[in-house]
Amino acid sequence: MGFPWAQQYEPKSGFMRWIDQRLPLPRLVYGAVGGGYPVPRNLNHFWNFGVLAGVALGIQIVTGIVLAMHYNANADTAFSSVEHIMRNVNQGWFLRYLHANGASFFFIVTYIHIFRGLYYGSYKAPREMVWLLGLVIFLLMMATAFMGYVLPWGQMSFWGAKVITGLFGAIPLVGEALQTWLLGSFAPDQSTLTRFFSLHYLLPFVIAGVIILHIWALHIPGSSNPTGVDVKGPQDTVPFHPYYTAKDGFALALFMLALAAVVFFAPNYLGHADNYIPANPLATPAEIVPEWYFWPFYAILRSFTEDFILPAKLWGVIAMFGSIVLLFFMSWLDPSPVRSGNYRPTFRLFFWILVVDVIVLGYCGGKPAEQPYVMISQIATIYYFAHFLIILPILSKVERTLPLPNSISESVLHGEAAEAAPYGTPAAATQTTTA
Amino acid sequence: MVRIFGILAGLGFVFVAFWSLLWGTIEYLGAEHHESAEHRFHVSPRNYSFASDGPFGRFDQRQLQRGFQVYSQVCSGCHSLNYVAFRNLAEIGYNEAEIRKIASNVQVPDVNPQTGEPNTRPGLPADRFPSPYANETAARVSNHNAAPPDLSLIVKARHGGADYIASLLTGYRNPATYRNGEGEALPAENRPAEGLHFNPYFPNLNLAMPPPLTSEGQVTYADGTRPTVDQMAQDVAAFLTWTAEPNLQSRHRAGLAVVLFLLAATVLSWFAYKNVWATAKRAVRATGPLDPANMAKSDAAKRDAGIAG
Repeated sequence: MGFPWAQQYEPKSGFMRWIDQRLPLPRLVYGAVGGGYPVPRNLNHFWNFGVLAGVALGIQIVTGIVLAMHYNANADTAFSSVEHIMRNVNQGWFLRYLHANGASFFFIVTYIHIFRGLYYGSYKAPREMVWLLGLVIFLLMMATAFMGYVLPWGQMSFWGAKVITGLFGAIPLVGEALQTWLLGSFAPDQSTLTRFFSLHYLLPFVIAGVIILHIWALHIPGSSNPTGVDVKGPQDTVPFHPYYTAKDGFALALFMLALAAVVFFAPNYLGHADNYIPANPLATPAEIVPEWYFWPFYAILRSFTEDFILPAKLWGVIAMFGSIVLLFFMSWLDPSPVRSGNYRPTFRLFFWILVVDVIVLGYCGGKPAEQPYVMISQIATIYYFAHFLIILPILSKVERTLPLPNSISESVLHGEAAEAAPYGTPAAATQTTTA
Repeated sequence: MVRIFGILAGLGFVFVAFWSLLWGTIEYLGAEHHESAEHRFHVSPRNYSFASDGPFGRFDQRQLQRGFQVYSQVCSGCHSLNYVAFRNLAEIGYNEAEIRKIASNVQVPDVNPQTGEPNTRPGLPADRFPSPYANETAARVSNHNAAPPDLSLIVKARHGGADYIASLLTGYRNPATYRNGEGEALPAENRPAEGLHFNPYFPNLNLAMPPPLTSEGQVTYADGTRPTVDQMAQDVAAFLTWTAEPNLQSRHRAGLAVVLFLLAATVLSWFAYKNVWATAKRAVRATGPLDPANMAKSDAAKRDAGIAG
């Protein structure tokens, strides 16, 4: 995999040579995230978010493993075991707040990562598999986050579990049986809590596995870039290390800064007060809202208020799952050969409408199901589906795109002929090698 | 083919969502809108200032001790603190002898070691602040079917936090004479039922808890502070902030150190990034001769010139 000019791994010590000859793991790492992976030299900061998402997963796994040492997956003691972590476990409050807010930050960076892909056409050939695996990761993340939110067994945990598993109850014929099977009982219960804990511990490792596939698939064609133009030669790329490790390092520092600010100074800002009340199956909270990262989908779910052949609730469930499933077909819904939104003026306009649309959906999803929020989310839902399923397929056929640059280096060097000149010309050859 | 199916599915979703929008709008325009009394009469908590507010917030130990006095002399008559042990009072400045004395004044449920019958005994520092009721049913029976909640986490479990608690405690009003911001009187159907009490800070306006802080001097503060109702409400709200988040101070302190460290790391990584890329640009431009194609040309030239290599 990779380009022919990718640097080959050369062991720097006898020890590494010994390892490399017996297990070429150093070679694999070098080729994956080291000097052996040539990356387009023009990536902007939106290309940092994949690495940030990987780090966020790492934080979740490390904090989660330690939390699991103190947590009790028992309906009677789960809530108090979380308080035990907060009060009696050394730095337990730090672990728990980092885990709870880490989940939010994982979603923030993942959403930016996904929108980056949507804008720059990262779902297009030859990177379809990267996109599809990314969506699998996204679905696994949503399942993991949902089950994790149930574990503290507060009021929102319990009622959130009840509402979300209730969605499966909307499926005709098998719905109720399916819901009972998922919960292990007729309402969220001890059996629900233990299976959610088990799966919540399992799925992050499945995510890690799919991330390996995601990166593997990415390394076949190599990273895309803001121009969407294919890499033409070595002058278009730099080795991943040290150039992008340095750039990611800076982004990572900023990410940690933002995460620390929330963890230490506003740790409950993104949560819901009701989850500090122990679960009570007899008292329904005034409003049941999921975590903020589900709000856009929750708004779509609640937009369908009228029966039309099928019951409204079923339409809501179909639309909510459909809103994610349709992303799997992006590569075929938008076959425009121009990848980057930079060269698609009309696409760019619709893209930004979509960004606002999803934010509006998120806002409405966090509000109670009353007017005018329902009407607003209905309009936003209409645009969401129209954007992906109607506008993009038509646009990709009729849009007049802007001329593409001939190469990445041409676009980077802004036509400075001498610097952009192909290797081997006098301008390049007269420069001395300093590195 | 995918696009045709996509457009058909898209039209389907758009139509059904539009159908819902249409009927929702017709219903909305046709219905009479009057804001519910809860909407019109509910008021947001007042803004109090607590020593623990803000990123540098620290607990005011004297205030926490006053708040503890209010809790133990007023609130503890109905409310437990299940997650707070007497020994935790050391964190707000009580010494061991004081803690033993405070604990021993409270009867905690236990089992008689001689007979196995349930009984009570004086508390020990390791015990938690107990509920005065034997069980939830007993708590309900004595309080118009509304069991007094445990107060350990109450500040985090309510929107508005400590501001809400202090506002609620001082927010009881006479429903007969109360006027909201618009000067409206409380409608008869929203007047408190038997056993309920009107309080505009409470989300549905009427709650079962009778006004707990009624007159100045209800608690005699050990530090001589004048115990006005407002003072007592703020002190107990501050105390409950501590019971909900006892690690707040160390969190703020650690946070400051972490943020300063990360700021330094951010600055350093920015310079590292700029530095790497500065040399990178030179190196990338200078790698012209090192590119495989150039190397091959150079090798060929060397061979042509008869130079070994």
